[in-house]
Amino acid sequence: MLLTPETVTLLNGTGAAILELCDGSRTVTEILAELHDRYDRVADDEVQLFLSGLLARRCVEVSHG
Amino acid sequence: MDRPFGLLAELTYACPLHCPYCSNPLNLGDYQEELTTQQWQRVVAEARDLGVLQLHLSGGEPLQRRDLVDIVRFASGQGLYTNLITSGSGLSPRRAGLLRAAGLDHVQISVQADERALSDRIAGMPSFERKLAAARLVKKLGWPLTLNVVLHRHNIDRIGRILDLAAELGADRIELANTQYYGWAQRNRAALLPSRAQLERAEAEVRAARARLQSRMEMIYVIPDYYSKYPKPCMGGWGRRQLTVVPNGDVLPCPTAHTLPLPRASVREHSLAWIWEQSPLFQRFRGTDWMPDPCRSCARRDLDFGGCRCQAFQLTGDAARTDPVCHLSPDHEIVAEAVRAASGETREAVLIPRPHPGARRRE
Repeated sequence: MLLTPETVTLLNGTGAAILELCDGSRTVTEILAELHDRYDRVADDEVQLFLSGLLARRCVEVSHG
Repeated sequence: MDRPFGLLAELTYACPLHCPYCSNPLNLGDYQEELTTQQWQRVVAEARDLGVLQLHLSGGEPLQRRDLVDIVRFASGQGLYTNLITSGSGLSPRRAGLLRAAGLDHVQISVQADERALSDRIAGMPSFERKLAAARLVKKLGWPLTLNVVLHRHNIDRIGRILDLAAELGADRIELANTQYYGWAQRNRAALLPSRAQLERAEAEVRAARARLQSRMEMIYVIPDYYSKYPKPCMGGWGRRQLTVVPNGDVLPCPTAHTLPLPRASVREHSLAWIWEQSPLFQRFRGTDWMPDPCRSCARRDLDFGGCRCQAFQLTGDAARTDPVCHLSPDHEIVAEAVRAASGETREAVLIPRPHPGARRRE
């Protein structure tokens, strides 16, 4: 479950797994690699789309450090 | 039965500002007997047991409550996501530090315009500089910042510059929401409702700003429901997702439901669970069984829930009618007429400022 200022988003298992990997140190490439390790089939473009959506809603930030 | 996600706690109707679009009740003086700290804590604990995840602290100006830090600390300890909705007045560095330490998760600051003279004129007092200082303080302390901008005839033409100010302040999110016509805003409707031409320009500016600023902040833009084809799904349905507790302990399905001729429900007399589940007030418009036509047979009845009960009552005198905003409503002409008037010849209706709760009304 993702709590943001005026909404409550119920993530499915896949969404939650992706978001949990956003830990402030992994890059998107590393997140994809981790997902490929864990699951047989990973749709890279859908993961990218999901992360872009979270980014647009400011639920995650990209660290350029 | 559905469980509520969010509790809007209107802690006090005291507020140093005088915004003429305020949605607070006209009879502000009737709410001066406020709940105590312990009573608010009981409300928060009961809300959490009922399933509430988010606590929105509002008013009036919630910082006018001396016990705000205690309420935040308690709610945070209960595991709730806490959101402060403030004008920025009273957010001193010391107070902000205490709120941060108490676990406050998010701050929303209202901004009336992008520059001082207009902002202070709309707010009815010098407040613009303090708002900027409060916004910078929020960012400095590492909170996410939302700016809330209520749009109307007098500031909607500056929407592009307001968005630039938000970017300069480092806002993570901005809500550009046109005025909703309740309370003081309803009284000032003729002076506040923008024209169709103003709305079209504003939409173009928002589109341009989205392209320019998209990666920097989340933008939410809400048109006046008077201009939409279908009504807003008010509160996501009556007694379905949200509940509001007002300063005197009355519990409402939405912040303006006190205007409806329905029995009251108060935390002074009942538990929040009883009020949510059993009170006649919360049952009255829950679900779709209460609906008349055209809502009853409409494919959208589970999307917009017939629109806003308060607006239906305010405009037709019958809270159970279809929201007149809907183009399918038999009463839609009432809204169409207000829109025609707003888009017609220029006229300068006088804005009535919202007074302080203690001020006597001269009628």
